[in-house]
Amino acid sequence: MDLVATVVDGILLGGLYALFASGLSLIFGVMRLVNIAHGDLIVLASFIALVVTDHFGVHPLVSLVLVVPFMALLGYGLQRGIFNRALDSDILRPVLVSFGVSVFLQNALLQTFSADSRRLQAGNLETLHLDLPGGMAIGVLPCLMFLVALVVIGGLQLLLYHTELGRAFRSVSDDQQTAQLMGINNAHLFGLAMALSLAIVSIAGVFLGIRTNFDPSIGPTRMIFACEAVIIGGLGDLWGTLVGGVILGVAQTLGARINPGYQILAGHLVFLAILTLRPQGFFAKIR
Amino acid sequence: MNEAVRIERNTRTSHLFAALGLILLFFLIIAPFFLGRSELYLLVEIFSYLALASLWNLLAGYTGLASVGQQAFVGLGGYSLFAVTIFLRLPPILAVLVAGIGAALLAIPTAWVIFRLKGAYFAIGTWVVAEVYRLVFAQVSALGAGSGTSLPTQVVQSIAPTRAARDNLIYWTGLGLVVAVLALIYLILQSRWGLALTAIRDSEPAAESVGVNNYRTKFIIYFLTAGATGSVGALISMQKLRISPEAAFSVNDWTAFVIFIVVIGGIGRMEGPLIGTIVFFLLRGFLADFGPWYFMLLGAFAIIITLTMPKGIAGWLAERFDLDLFPLRRRVRLPKQKSKNLAHSRRHQSSRQ
Repeated sequence: MDLVATVVDGILLGGLYALFASGLSLIFGVMRLVNIAHGDLIVLASFIALVVTDHFGVHPLVSLVLVVPFMALLGYGLQRGIFNRALDSDILRPVLVSFGVSVFLQNALLQTFSADSRRLQAGNLETLHLDLPGGMAIGVLPCLMFLVALVVIGGLQLLLYHTELGRAFRSVSDDQQTAQLMGINNAHLFGLAMALSLAIVSIAGVFLGIRTNFDPSIGPTRMIFACEAVIIGGLGDLWGTLVGGVILGVAQTLGARINPGYQILAGHLVFLAILTLRPQGFFAKIR
Repeated sequence: MNEAVRIERNTRTSHLFAALGLILLFFLIIAPFFLGRSELYLLVEIFSYLALASLWNLLAGYTGLASVGQQAFVGLGGYSLFAVTIFLRLPPILAVLVAGIGAALLAIPTAWVIFRLKGAYFAIGTWVVAEVYRLVFAQVSALGAGSGTSLPTQVVQSIAPTRAARDNLIYWTGLGLVVAVLALIYLILQSRWGLALTAIRDSEPAAESVGVNNYRTKFIIYFLTAGATGSVGALISMQKLRISPEAAFSVNDWTAFVIFIVVIGGIGRMEGPLIGTIVFFLLRGFLADFGPWYFMLLGAFAIIITLTMPKGIAGWLAERFDLDLFPLRRRVRLPKQKSKNLAHSRRHQSSRQ
């Protein structure tokens, strides 16, 4: 029974990782950009939510009303101002530029908020739990995170496959030159994709801040989790990303059960094992 | 007639640079006799960064292997040095070499896994592997687990009995290591291999089609780079006399800053890491007191250079003043007076096609 509880915890944790990953998956799909600053942007969102909750005395989930538009605008600006200029056939330049953004953000956060650990106060949401038959209890917060992940990914799928904007995203993903010839403004579209990605990042950042302590240095590890979920699931498939997040989450909670020091290690090892056996991931759409 | 067109590499600048380099090397060799302890310490740090940056440049700038996980080998080298000096009682200077071999051997299974990933995901894969090594060493209690350990006194004294002698020996090891690394890279680049590497970087299918074995070439470069990076890591840990997983496998210290050095100096040129290292240490000298501001500036500087000067300072110098410090580029020299010969040789060439 204990083992079942661990696995359930892992599945629900996978929801958070899917939230980390779906923004990354979207921009990789649309413009083949692997944003190394993705994790630092998640942490930035947590800190902005902290400022909003402190200033207005609102619940962290309510702070999203301000955090989401702020991050979306920042994303559009970052893309038009910096990332668009680095996108070309050479894969190295986007990596270098997003590495620069990552180090810049980490130190800007360090300068502004110091290295202290912070947490978003979410009242009884942190401790509420549902009692299940058989003496098991699962937290309301992890369930909520998983549900939100389902809604976000479902929403993204609807957007990609049933709207004009989604069609534009998919056409740019297939062939940038031809899309441009058909009258699509790629630079603007990439800006919108990054705005959408960072809107999702805001939700991920707020949940991260409610669930655990955070400080300016934890971004890169979250980015690695996100990338692992994307690669395990298979590039370009959002439901695959959710599966990837769940596999990673379960691997981590099982690892932690053996020894708390093995939690993150177990996740990485499962990722490398899957990579060795199935390099294209489980549901790859993009080669 | 056979003097019509010549291919040459050496220029007056490269001869001058070689001569200046030899003079500089002479002064660096005798430096311990007139420099103080802290200056020697700084020089070893500069040697370490120059070696790491040159190695990353060989990997990413020449071979197209965009690794952001070279901290794996810095850490492995450092831990190997601690392990073989503490448990096997090897002399520390020899251990620097052994640590390099250890890192290179571990690069074999690492490459086998991560070479499956392409492009930017290759970069992430290298980082994951580095994290795995860090988390594994955080579990090894014989080496201090998560909080790390110091080099035991008897090992420290086996480097050399007095502190001054130790400083000098570590300094000379560092100098020897960086000279060896630069010589190795130079020899690789000016051989047929150098051509193969740039061919792979510019277009993998094209390289394969002219007979380059891409996988094997990349693998050998990754292997050699890992070994040399491991030796540098061993040197760094020997200088610090302390090791911890966080510091030894730090992505910021051993990869982000190294990448910034190469990008600012000029990627894909041997002069790049040299210029970048000088800029990095000058900036650090002036701005280190400002803490996070210094790193923000460094990050911003790297972004601006990547976007506006993709070939870095060295590339700008080469284009603006036609300067090549290392004789690696092949230049076509046309005869000055007899332009007829040129026309003739062109005809000759086209008739052969």
